[in-house]
Amino acid sequence: MAKLPLEGIRVVGMTQMWAGPTAEMHLADWGAEVIKVESLHYLAVGTRGPAPRHPKFAVDFVKGGYAAYLKEGYDEVNGRPWNRSSMFNVHGRNKLSCTVDPVKPRGKEIIKQLVQVSDVFIESNQPGVMENLGLTYDVIQEWNPKIIMVSMSGFGQTGPLKYYRALGAHQEDFLGHTYLRGYVDRDVTANSAIYHGDEASGTAAPFIIVMALHQRNKTGKGMFIDISQAEATMTQLGEAILDYTMNQRITERTGNRDLYGAVQGCYRCQGEDRWVNITIRNDKEWEGFCRALGNPEWTREERFSDTLKRCHNHDELDRRIEEWTSQHDHFKAMYTLQKEGVAAGPVEHPDDAYNDPQMKDRGFFEEVTHSECGTHRYPGLPYRMSKTPNHFRRPPVRLGEHNEYVYKEILKVSDEEYAELEREGHIGMDLVPDLEIGKYKAE
Amino acid sequence: MVEQPLSDVRILDLTWYISGPNCTKLFADYGADVIKVERSGEGDPARRMGPFYQDDPHPEKSGLFLYLNTNKRSITLNLKTETGKRILKDLAEDADILVENFNPHVMPSLGLDYETLEKINPKLVMTSISNFGQTGPYRDFKASELIIYGMGGAMCTTGVGDCEPVKKGMNVIQYQGGTMAATATMIALYAARAQGIGQYVDVSLMESQMGSIDRRMSELLAYEYNGELTPRMDIAGLLQYPYGIFPCADGYVDVAGGFMFLNRIEKVLKMPLMERYGGVNQFDVERREEFFADIWYPWIMERTRREIVEACQEGRVMSGPINTTEDLLREPQFQERGFWAEIDHPVVGKLTCPGMPAISAELPWEIRRPAPLLGEHNEEVYASLGYTREDLMKLREGGII
Repeated sequence: MAKLPLEGIRVVGMTQMWAGPTAEMHLADWGAEVIKVESLHYLAVGTRGPAPRHPKFAVDFVKGGYAAYLKEGYDEVNGRPWNRSSMFNVHGRNKLSCTVDPVKPRGKEIIKQLVQVSDVFIESNQPGVMENLGLTYDVIQEWNPKIIMVSMSGFGQTGPLKYYRALGAHQEDFLGHTYLRGYVDRDVTANSAIYHGDEASGTAAPFIIVMALHQRNKTGKGMFIDISQAEATMTQLGEAILDYTMNQRITERTGNRDLYGAVQGCYRCQGEDRWVNITIRNDKEWEGFCRALGNPEWTREERFSDTLKRCHNHDELDRRIEEWTSQHDHFKAMYTLQKEGVAAGPVEHPDDAYNDPQMKDRGFFEEVTHSECGTHRYPGLPYRMSKTPNHFRRPPVRLGEHNEYVYKEILKVSDEEYAELEREGHIGMDLVPDLEIGKYKAE
Repeated sequence: MVEQPLSDVRILDLTWYISGPNCTKLFADYGADVIKVERSGEGDPARRMGPFYQDDPHPEKSGLFLYLNTNKRSITLNLKTETGKRILKDLAEDADILVENFNPHVMPSLGLDYETLEKINPKLVMTSISNFGQTGPYRDFKASELIIYGMGGAMCTTGVGDCEPVKKGMNVIQYQGGTMAATATMIALYAARAQGIGQYVDVSLMESQMGSIDRRMSELLAYEYNGELTPRMDIAGLLQYPYGIFPCADGYVDVAGGFMFLNRIEKVLKMPLMERYGGVNQFDVERREEFFADIWYPWIMERTRREIVEACQEGRVMSGPINTTEDLLREPQFQERGFWAEIDHPVVGKLTCPGMPAISAELPWEIRRPAPLLGEHNEEVYASLGYTREDLMKLREGGII
């Protein structure tokens, strides 16, 4: 029986928000022992929930969208809201968590000992934070010359924007993505904030890290890797950038229209806020589309008779298409069109996704029991391997859940010392309530 | 000089369009020897997709193709012929990785499925990228950039409430599928080297979205936890003291203020606000409109994106200029870090394009050669398999290369 690909690799993570934790998730999924090093005194905004201190009103108020807390069974006295956030629990699987106060000298000593027995050290804090803590690469590499240290910040470790305060949405602004998406007939203000950089850089980072492990196997050397989330994301906008460098042309957004001349759009269906996407690329698909609709009279009009004409009369065609789709269920519209060889698919709300026949057949969602959250279905692993098949091995990790293992088994801390570290506020499973919210500052 | 990290890796690349080529590009730019197998005559369809250099729709002038295929070698091969299949199997014998993104039925119908190739090369990592995966009821369904985002991604909450949902920019969903496939393939390669096992990697673009972090996974879990569907909400719909994208003197600017940070907005505007608005909550529509009309718009419309962003930084308010691609190329940040790479191509000349996804002295990234001309490396690749020039003539006449 093959081992999981990354078994035997130990990763220490001091990450926040989404990009760094996504990188950890890929490594943990495939067998690396990922130890999150968290603090009982400070949780960055958006990491284990939208708010750093998780007050009761936040738990009650935030229940939809992406930044929700699990409400059912929440007990104000004993509940730990930081273990109930959708923002964290969605990537927290297969990881371990220990707590340490990195601000105190003894905390730093503990991080040093962990770094000494690890292969990868990954952090995704705003530049300046690790400097304040005295945890920069020149220090880390003295502790362990073979360590692979990865810093992933919004704009990277150098340059005029190094210390720039930004969320994923603002990186999008800088790198041109905000300008390139949205409606053609409305201005750029009419859209949602998105965080594509978190998935783009969070997925590229594990590629880079495993490649670095491969390189280290050959050279025997550790290294520092500087990932700018913005730059890693820009590699996904190649052709827009080349249109400018080749032709000095600024690429404009096209809404839901196809970039290469197909008839394409998002059309209203039966039900509340239900839609189907349709793409018709050529005459053959157009004929299939007409068949699916039962060849109504209007499809034979001269102005829809070839691809070019259909594109010229796209607005009118959209109106006709929507007359048909609005009488159908969004999944039914997909099946009817796909049967005739036309690319179509529903816009899936979460309830659609959990019931989607393809996701069910592939077993994408996995049911997991979490000791504080109960049993729920979680989005699963985004790719499969035939000889090292894999699933959730551990539920989303709770704050400080693996303190005993990390301190006693890895760091060989005595029971006495363990109790002392608990008293000093390093070890625990509850946030220290009376401390002010603030940035990490080393003593 | 450190050797490139993947200089010891050979990839047989059967990919086309966007997701597959983006996967193999990541390997090629870090030193892997990527042999791109194209159809004779037409080649990769991305060669016919724009934007084109000087708008000339020539197969060697597609910006999309030129960007996605740097550092690869191109051979042409007709996989529908017996000889073509035999040559492919010969090439697979020496490869570490094979990547393809055909429809799921294609490789088995050619007799080139993993079970067959595994017998030739047990250490081979074979990665298949497809719209919906290699199994399941949607296996053979057609899709597009838009359809994948709608089904797999967070499209239902992207856009504004009174309009249809709207997709992300350009082709980022397909690129993201390629990045996901590169990570999966790299992890499988690591196991191949460490444990001597090859394997089959199944990447579904729909799942690459369903398992991606940009709100999708979190929204799925939030629904599972609390049973609430989220409406599409534009940024301005958050109704906060200034939060959203606003017009300004030279374009648009994004400012994440919010009523909780009124003291910070005070510093940005250099105006007293607490006295007037301190006790007002976000739902007080009248006061909010008064704030926008009397204070915010007069201030922001007089200033450029750069001035606003700088003022926000000073006041510790998050913000960003809405850049076009032209603005992006001029941003000092990316120039100073040496992000932009240059390609020197025999047909279109010198081109600037996005460069390395990470900076590390131990992981050199380099454009060693531009995207290949169609079949440019037929002679050298086939010669390495022992074919002579005369053999190549015959293969050409037989419609095999």
